[in-house]
Amino acid sequence: MRTLFRRWVDIGTGNIALFASVSTVILVIVFALMLFLKAYPIFMENSLGNLIFSSKWAPMKGSFGFFDFILGTLWVTALSMIIAAPLSILTALYLVEYAPKWVKIVMDPAIDLLAGIPSVVYGVWGVVVIVPFVRELGDRVGYTSTGYSVLAGGIVLALMIIPIMTSVMQEVLRSTPIGLREVSLSVGATKWETTRYIVCRHALGGVIAAGIMGLSRAFGETIAVLMVVGNQVIMPRSLFDPGYPIPALIANNYGEMMSIRLYDAAIMTAALILMGVVFITQLAARLVVRRMMYGREAP
Amino acid sequence: MIRRIEENVFKFLMLISTLIVFLGVAGLLFVVMIKGVPVMSWEMISHCPSGGDLMGAKPGILNAITGTLIIGFGATFLATLASLPVIVFIHGYAHRKIWVSIVRFALDLLWGIPSIVYGVLGFMVMLFFRMKASLLAGMITVALLEFPIAARGMDEVIRLVPKALKETAFAIGSTRAETTMKVILKQALPGILTALLIAFGRGVGDAASVLLTTGYSEDLPTSFTDPVATLPLAIFQQLGSPYPEVQVRAYASALVLTIIILIISISTRYLMRRFESKHVGG
Amino acid sequence: MSHLMVENLNLYYGKMHALKDITVAIPDHQITAIIGPSGCGKSSLLKSFNRLIDLTDNTRVTGKVLLDGQNIYETGLDLAAIRKKMGLLLQTPWPLPMSIFENVAYGLRIHHVAKRRELKEKVEYYLRRAGLWDEVKDRLHRPASALSKGQQQRLALARGLAVEPEIILADEATSALDPLSSKKIEELFTELKSVYSIVIVTHILRQARRIADYVLFMYMGELVEHGPADKIFKDPKDPRTKAYVIGEIS
Repeated sequence: MRTLFRRWVDIGTGNIALFASVSTVILVIVFALMLFLKAYPIFMENSLGNLIFSSKWAPMKGSFGFFDFILGTLWVTALSMIIAAPLSILTALYLVEYAPKWVKIVMDPAIDLLAGIPSVVYGVWGVVVIVPFVRELGDRVGYTSTGYSVLAGGIVLALMIIPIMTSVMQEVLRSTPIGLREVSLSVGATKWETTRYIVCRHALGGVIAAGIMGLSRAFGETIAVLMVVGNQVIMPRSLFDPGYPIPALIANNYGEMMSIRLYDAAIMTAALILMGVVFITQLAARLVVRRMMYGREAP
Repeated sequence: MIRRIEENVFKFLMLISTLIVFLGVAGLLFVVMIKGVPVMSWEMISHCPSGGDLMGAKPGILNAITGTLIIGFGATFLATLASLPVIVFIHGYAHRKIWVSIVRFALDLLWGIPSIVYGVLGFMVMLFFRMKASLLAGMITVALLEFPIAARGMDEVIRLVPKALKETAFAIGSTRAETTMKVILKQALPGILTALLIAFGRGVGDAASVLLTTGYSEDLPTSFTDPVATLPLAIFQQLGSPYPEVQVRAYASALVLTIIILIISISTRYLMRRFESKHVGG
Repeated sequence: MSHLMVENLNLYYGKMHALKDITVAIPDHQITAIIGPSGCGKSSLLKSFNRLIDLTDNTRVTGKVLLDGQNIYETGLDLAAIRKKMGLLLQTPWPLPMSIFENVAYGLRIHHVAKRRELKEKVEYYLRRAGLWDEVKDRLHRPASALSKGQQQRLALARGLAVEPEIILADEATSALDPLSSKKIEELFTELKSVYSIVIVTHILRQARRIADYVLFMYMGELVEHGPADKIFKDPKDPRTKAYVIGEIS
């Protein structure tokens, strides 16, 4: 009797597990479909080229040129990567190769904490610290700016993506086999030379994957950027101009979108773009990691 | 000679980088505290606002704190219900690697979706079921957001459990259900709790997903269909208010939120350390 | 005076006393084999010769290791220069993540050989020395990871020889190779001893019998006995040595 019950539990659990897993996969597809269906009407009246390259954004009149938003997103994301990538690599290298124990004890929880801090709090910090900073900087360099700019967005975003990039890079660097280091040192290379020529080359794939992960996060981050970027539908021409990245577009216009025709379709298109970017970067990161694991068999 | 210079230059750069990152963290916490502490008071935390909070009347953030905590726990509970079976599937039942890869990829995709998109999707679900912006709608949306985070976190943790354990359990005749639940999950329990904590932290702090799904209310919620205030949104709105006395309340709210996250972060570290020392490495 | 001498060397991993008061002079231009049961400290001893032991956390060393009269454990020394004097072969060949050519050139470049022609000449010379040239001369710029294990090990040898060391250290260099490749490596060592001093660690007694000129027997961190290979194998003094050599302790 007992055995029958056990078997019953076994099969039952299995079915639930299977159901949940299949649902997960279906969920992704359903989400994509939902967005697509809602976004679709906009394509009937506007060509893809128009949507992407036109700057005319006047929803009330029915023109939906996404170009300014795309630019805004690109500016902010690029800025954040330019700031965050070198900082992440250098910090990861330092923490893995050179840092004394006490530094690691301080930095590890610090980086973890940075990863957990919510978007809004970053936004508050951005408004209180970064926006005035950019304003000052602008004055010094000759740009009048309110401080609410793509630069502010880039800086805040950079700080947000540094934790994830740094921790993945650290893991990758740490996974360098010790034998590789030993043979390099035994040929008379210094620690630095070993790090620069051997460790870095070995870890390159993983470091790039980490970078892609950071990029992915940067694309989708909404609230913090929204609070400091100015939210004006213009083409940012300099660091100090405000911008309007795609996630901000979605967040700000949620409310109005029901009342204007095709507005909701436009917003959904934006959401679809974001989802598409995530899909592509995920794929890319996975490919890089897989190449790294298989193309380089441990000897 | 050149290599010496190069080495020193890079050593310097590395040091500066680390310092900058540290200053970033420290600066952030410092600002939150400096700005938040002056505005904090017991009254703030224990009272709901009244009379048009956003327009300057009596302050209070109890509504937001309660809302956030209820949504946090509720959403995490739902996410756990959803992710446990998937984990059981991956680690206890899946026969072929291809299925595991597909499910993991799906989870990765879901994990990568920006929270604003979850907000949009939650909004669409809300409309479809003709729900109003409410506690329930917000809970479901945040649950959707937390689900891949919880699942992935648990997955990573369970992967650390030595395979031999599973094999031994099967060898003595356990069923798949028993092996997975009684053996593997038990071994990985602290790690699983960590994953759930992390998901909770994410759900609690996220503003984009609750933006249009929870509405706003000055009072404590009395039922699932009431609109409810949340800390992230409260911060966002308070900061954007034209009244300076309301703006500063944002700092207090931010402080409370940060403290919650700090508690979660410390608990996570503690749990992970216990997990690693006891259960990993065979 | 030998190139390499050890005086009262003690090694601690944290609290564990891994090497106990070792004193010995490693003979020049001979193959010295360090033998002993697993865990007796053979590899630790070898790694303390070129201070690779420093890579492990929590190690403490007392005593001296004298390379050409100079104690390598003094503070303030140029470690890279010291390590250069000793080539290293490990059980896993660890080809560097570069082409075959670059693997051998790595050490040369580090030590400032930059001219293209000189590099090419030296790389070819050392690949020949390691008995690998004919097999790789047509694919010098392919990744080293594509070679077989035996070839990778010979590449590692070429790589080490290229910086012109005085001593070659080999830690179980043939243990992971097939018999044919092992034989090649053993032959190379025998050839090379006229120019270099070679110290090998091996758990394969037969190998030691085949090629060693001088033997160090270690047991639980102590240097129990050492001497010319003939004497150790035919007429060991210490009962522990006797037991090992006849095959009892393994």
